[in-house]
Amino acid sequence: MSGNLGGRIAQIIPTLLLVSVLVFCLQQLMPGDPAMIMAGEERGDPQVLAQIRAELWLDRPLPVQYFHWMGNVLHGNLGYSWRIREPVAQLIAEKLPVTAQLGFMAFAIAVLIGVPAGIVAAVYRNKFWDYLANAIGLAGLSTPTFWLGIMLILLVSVDLGWLPPSGYVGLFEDWRQSLATTIMPAFVLGNAIAAILMRHTRSAMLTALDQDYVRTARAKGLSESVVVLRHALRNALIPVITLGALELGTLLSGAVLTEQVFSIPGFGKMIVDAVFNRDYPVVQGVVLVTAFLYVMLNLIADVLYVVINPRLRGA
Amino acid sequence: MSATIAAAAPPIPRARSPRELALSRFLHRPVAVAGLVVIVLFIAVAAFAPLIAPYDPIATSWTAIRKAPSVAHWMGTDENGRDVLSRVIFGARASLMAGVVSVLIAAGIGVPAGLLAGFAGGWTDICLSRVVDAMLACPFLILAIALAAFLGPDLTNAMIAIGVSTAPRFMRVARAATLDAASNEYVEAARALGNPPWRVAFRHVLPNIVPPVLVQGTLAIAAAIIAEASLSFLGLGQQPPAPSWGSMLNAAQRFLSQAPWLAVFPGLAIFLVVLSFNLVGDGLRDALDPRRR
Repeated sequence: MSGNLGGRIAQIIPTLLLVSVLVFCLQQLMPGDPAMIMAGEERGDPQVLAQIRAELWLDRPLPVQYFHWMGNVLHGNLGYSWRIREPVAQLIAEKLPVTAQLGFMAFAIAVLIGVPAGIVAAVYRNKFWDYLANAIGLAGLSTPTFWLGIMLILLVSVDLGWLPPSGYVGLFEDWRQSLATTIMPAFVLGNAIAAILMRHTRSAMLTALDQDYVRTARAKGLSESVVVLRHALRNALIPVITLGALELGTLLSGAVLTEQVFSIPGFGKMIVDAVFNRDYPVVQGVVLVTAFLYVMLNLIADVLYVVINPRLRGA
Repeated sequence: MSATIAAAAPPIPRARSPRELALSRFLHRPVAVAGLVVIVLFIAVAAFAPLIAPYDPIATSWTAIRKAPSVAHWMGTDENGRDVLSRVIFGARASLMAGVVSVLIAAGIGVPAGLLAGFAGGWTDICLSRVVDAMLACPFLILAIALAAFLGPDLTNAMIAIGVSTAPRFMRVARAATLDAASNEYVEAARALGNPPWRVAFRHVLPNIVPPVLVQGTLAIAAAIIAEASLSFLGLGQQPPAPSWGSMLNAAQRFLSQAPWLAVFPGLAIFLVVLSFNLVGDGLRDALDPRRR
C-alpha cells in the first residue's frame, strides 16, 4: 500500500505543476496592462509604470515571471490584493473557514438525504419508491442552485419569516445564530450533491444486493433489514464515500452562487467580488487554492478507499 | 411457378440496424420523448421569439413598473416596466445558444484530443491526460468564472469560458471510447490491411465513439445552460438590457418581497429546459448502451 500511495503522490505533482501553469497563463488573457490598473491615477507617468513593472517582475520574460511567481507560491506568498493591498493568502485564510462550515453542513445534509433515498430506491427497484426517488433526484440535478436559494428565501424568509434571508454569523460568536444563517444555504448547496449521492448509492446497492454473500445472508434466515443495512450497505458505502468526496468541486462551484444569493462572506463571494473589482491576484489565488484542495481531497479519497476496503490492502 | 413459391415463402425479417434498435428503445421511453418535445418547443419559441412575444423585451414603460401577472402581462412586468413573458421568450435564445455553442466548443476541443490520446497512446496520451487532470482539478464553475473574468463579461466570452471548462470531460469520454473501440478486431484488421493511422482513426474508430459523445453532449448542454445562467446571474454573461434568464434572476433578487413573480418564471424556464435535456440524455444513454441500467 505504501508503494501504491507513493505512486499516487508522485502522480499529483505534475498535475499540480500544470495547474500552476494554467493559473499563471490566466493572467496573460487579461485585457489591458496590469501596471496601468495598479498605477491608478498615476497611469500617465512612465516612471511609475516602469517602477511597478519592475516590482512585479512584469518586465522580465514570461518563463522567468512564472518561476518567480511559483517560487513565491511555494513560500506561501500568493501575492497582494490590488484593491485592499493585503496578502491574498491571508484573505483566503480568513474566508475559508466560512465556506468550510457551509460545505460540511451541506455535505452532511446531502448524505442524510441522498444515502437513505438511494437505499430505498435500490430495495424497491423499478417500483413506485424507486421512480419517486429518481424523479426527485433528477429534479434536484436540474434546479439551478441560485434559483432554489431565491425560492427558499421567498418561501421561508419572506413569506413565513422563519429564518434570516441573508447574512452570516460566525460559529464561535453565536452558534445558534450561526446555524440559523447557514442552514438554508447549506440545504441549497447539499441538494445537488444529495441527488448525485442518491444515484451512486442506488447503483452500488443494486450491485451489492446481487452478490452471493447477500444470498447467503438471506438463506441463513436473517431479516431483510439486517441483510440490507448490515451486509449490503456496508459494502455499497465504500464507493459512495469515495465518489462523494469527489463532489467537493460541485460544492465549491455551488458555494460561489449560494454565498452570492445569501450574502455570505466566504470563499465563493470573495472570488466574485474580486472579479468585479478586477483584483486578479485574488482570482488567481482562489483558483490555485481550490485546485490544490481538490487534488488533495482526491488523494485522501483514494487513500480512504484502500483503508476501508480490505481487499485492496497489501496490493 | 418459381414466382409463386417465392411469394409463398415467409419473408425473412430484415435485421434491424443498431441505429434503428437504439431509436426504438429511445421512443419507448415516454419521459425521454416528453423531454425531447419540450426541447423542440423551446427551440421553436427561441426561433420565432419576435412573432410570439407579445411585447418588445427591452421596451421600458414607466406606467407599468412591477405589475403583478395579469391578462395584459401574463408573467407581470419588471422593475423597468418590461413584460416578463416577452423577456423569458427572448431569454430562451441566449440560454439555448449558450448551451449548444459552448458544448460544440467543448466537443470541438475535447473529441479530437481524446481521439488522439487514445489512439496514439504513449507520451502523447500521458501529456494530454495530465493537462486534462489539471483542468479538472479546478472546479468547473470557478474555472469558467476565472476565464470569463479575464476575458471580460459578455455572452460570447461566457460561451468560450464554459466550452473550454467543459472540454476535459469530452476528452475523457472520447479517450475511453477510443481505447474501447481500438481494441476491436476490425480495427486491427484495418491496420493490418495497411491503412494509414489517420484513416483507421477517422473511418473505423471515430464512428464508434459517437454514441458516448452524443450522450455526454446532451447532458453537457444541460450543464452548460445552468452554467450560462449562473454566469449571467453573477453578471458575467449576457449584459443588460438584453434578456437572459440568469440576469433576470439577478435583478429579481432585489425585489423579492415586492415582486416575487420576477424570480419565479425565469427560474422555471431554466428548470424545464435543463430537466428536458437531462431526461433526453438519460434516455439516450439507456437506448445506446442497453448493458447499463
